[in-house]
Amino acid sequence: MNDSTNPRTPSLAEHPGVDDWISIDADGRVTVHTGKVDIGQRISTALAIIAAEELDVALASVRVARPRTGTAPDEGFTSGSNSMQESGVAVRLAAATVRRHLVTRAAARLGVGAEQLEVTDGLVRVRDTNRSVSFGELTGGAPLGIAVDPDVITKSPDAHRLVGAVRPVGGLEGLATGATRFVHDLAEPGTLHARVVRPPHYHARLEALDESSLASLGDVQVVRDGSFVAVASPDEYRAVRAVERVAAAATWITAPGLDTTDVFRRLIEDPRESFPVVDGVPLREPVPEERPEPVGGATLRARYERPYQMHASLAPSAARAHFDGETMRVWTHSQGIYPLRASLADVLDLPRERVVVEHALGSGCYGHNGADDAALDAALVARALRGKTVLLKWSREDEHAWEPYSSAMVVDLRADLDDSGAVSYWSHETFSDTHRGRPRAGPNRAGAGRLLASRYLADAVMPPRAEPNLAHHAGIHRNADPLYAFANRRIVKHLVRDLPLRVSAMRTLGAYANVFAAESFMDELAEAAGVDPLAFRLRHLEDPRAREVLAAAAQRMGMPGPAPHGRGRGLAFAQYKNSKAYAAVAVEASVDDTARVRLHRAVIAADAGEVVDREGLRAQLEGGFVQGASWTLHEAVRHDSGGITSRDWESYPILRFDEVPEVETIIVDRPGAPFLGAGEATSGPAAAAIANAVFAATGLRLRRLPLDPDAIRRAAMS
Amino acid sequence: MSELRLQVNGRERTVDVDPATPLAYVLRNQLGLTGVKVGCGLEQCGACAVLVDGESVHTCVAPAGQFAGRSIVTVEGLVENGEPGPVQRAFVEAGAAQCGYCTPGLVVAVTALLARVPDPDDTAIRTALSPHLCRCGSHAQVMAAVRALVSGTRSGRVGG
Repeated sequence: MNDSTNPRTPSLAEHPGVDDWISIDADGRVTVHTGKVDIGQRISTALAIIAAEELDVALASVRVARPRTGTAPDEGFTSGSNSMQESGVAVRLAAATVRRHLVTRAAARLGVGAEQLEVTDGLVRVRDTNRSVSFGELTGGAPLGIAVDPDVITKSPDAHRLVGAVRPVGGLEGLATGATRFVHDLAEPGTLHARVVRPPHYHARLEALDESSLASLGDVQVVRDGSFVAVASPDEYRAVRAVERVAAAATWITAPGLDTTDVFRRLIEDPRESFPVVDGVPLREPVPEERPEPVGGATLRARYERPYQMHASLAPSAARAHFDGETMRVWTHSQGIYPLRASLADVLDLPRERVVVEHALGSGCYGHNGADDAALDAALVARALRGKTVLLKWSREDEHAWEPYSSAMVVDLRADLDDSGAVSYWSHETFSDTHRGRPRAGPNRAGAGRLLASRYLADAVMPPRAEPNLAHHAGIHRNADPLYAFANRRIVKHLVRDLPLRVSAMRTLGAYANVFAAESFMDELAEAAGVDPLAFRLRHLEDPRAREVLAAAAQRMGMPGPAPHGRGRGLAFAQYKNSKAYAAVAVEASVDDTARVRLHRAVIAADAGEVVDREGLRAQLEGGFVQGASWTLHEAVRHDSGGITSRDWESYPILRFDEVPEVETIIVDRPGAPFLGAGEATSGPAAAAIANAVFAATGLRLRRLPLDPDAIRRAAMS
Repeated sequence: MSELRLQVNGRERTVDVDPATPLAYVLRNQLGLTGVKVGCGLEQCGACAVLVDGESVHTCVAPAGQFAGRSIVTVEGLVENGEPGPVQRAFVEAGAAQCGYCTPGLVVAVTALLARVPDPDDTAIRTALSPHLCRCGSHAQVMAAVRALVSGTRSGRVGG
């Protein structure tokens, strides 16, 4: 039996039956059910491998069902690098339970002891005979009706034939040939293409819409509810052009505009809610004062700043919706089909069971992008155009200007070095707006209020006040408490509300800024102590797995040691959330004549526990590095009082092919060890490794992101 | 609306469409070639690239009418006898996609590059791919895919 007292994974506590996770039809085809969605991080590949491994079936006979409310287990959001530890563990235990159960049935059917049976590709055979029965024959396609045994014996790692070894390519083929259908591609005959007509900025309200100028729009229909305005047409391009026409016919009340006070100043000067963080957990207690500066040794202080940054998904968000007067069906690339369903039901005033949300492929989202908002937009249009299938797409400008960004942050650090050059005191204060804006149901219609369109409806629901997240290594304080064995530490989380831009969860949440700050500061301290940065870190690091990845990355990069002329090398390390994958990053960089940082080489060394899909893991680690490097070198969302000014790829550039360095990745495999989520492990270390490399190359210590040519020139002149 | 004749993936196609409609919309909506992705509608990201007379061309802005009489090949047209073509196969083997939204445009760009320069060095590859954005960070695997194609061409394993 499984209950909350034996939670090998929270997913099993909610969904204890094997049929919640695995079904086998009469032909032996296996379907894995998961509440986790594939957002390009290949979770479905990893789950298929795990199921095939434990069941002893061919990988090709396993498919992972597309999650849909009502049939998929409710696993909340696909976020926080939790999928392998939640769904992965649940599927492994369910598959092992199913295999054991079917072998027992086979033994009875074949009249032999279970120990005489072997299983190959879903066929149970009496050893050294040709008497056999298949999984399909045993189940007959019927549910098994048994509970997942959380203590079932799973395969020992040395018996694995697929986990860590197989290189599945099935999913990639459709992407490379164009056959894979994304939500954007789900138009059918009769589908209406829809677009939203956006206000100039968050606070604008529709004053008037000159209906007379819309008469010539032909088959374009205009949907209006309060200040929410959308258009729909059987022809997609006519819908695109209609947006411009309708926008020209609209007048908006635009005062007040967006606040343009320097956000870094507001972060440290505005009213805030503060918590001491102990062992990664914020406490509702007074924040302790900093200790007085000691007489001997040295005290260093530094402030690091990270601007608003965006997910910048390559595909603008989209959703398909259909309302027949009874049930609203929505196809979405949201990371949480159940939370979204609850929030949609609230806005639409429908019972939850009359809202069906099905996952459909989107482009990579890297957190809470516009997916959920687009789902509501599509549902609103579908409700108005009852009986029609509506495929609503955001424009590039919509995505850049309206997605929920990652919060701007300030990190203040102080450390004392004793006479031996060791850290005797460490203080880390992080100032940030929330990282929680997902449409999670809560008091005061919180889920509805977090969907963008809600605030514009005639029956408006405004965004709720952000509440501090007091969970272990959650949003703002994620990785604020470093893994180093500092004897005295003071970690403080400051939640600063009501800052100008709409924010939510983006890959790593607060960890990116916290690791950038702490790992830059470690180099500053090493410099002050006159010690090599690798040796300085190892001196304060006890965890052997942390030491191993750090040493491996440094060694491959040739650190310590001289860099080629004009270049510098930087190193950084973190264990994501102090509990997920360990990752060390080393970078070799230079600064060119135009003050641009050039990345020449990068080395990643990571330990993610037991490796399931090696190539998938490598892709996650390298992708996290590249995205982190892009944030670090280029990215800042800008605005003025009239709205967001980062509205396309020119005003918000990201890293391009000619800027991405060669990346070497070392993976430390730990067969039999727990899976450690890896999708967010390298982005924070990437930032600090780059900043440290820039310092090594130029002597310039840059503490405000991004490290773009303006920042380099400012630092060089000061 | 008017009749527009296009030569797409080796076939003559006639579509009834406003010729001002950008080619990407026509390929996707009139001809069902949804491998052509629209990422920006601003010719900034490369997801919509197709081969036009062998060159990689962005199609999310330029009116379809401009392409009459020219040879258009989309990512679907690079499939050979139902199997992925050499560039597509190289991407699969190198694991050169995460979400895959940028992949069709990259496959097209690499095809155009190798037709023009059968033996490009890293700088030439990076230059040719720089008009294409990838947000997942699959750049290293994409480079590996192209290098594998180039070394295959050198050893005569893959036709150039």
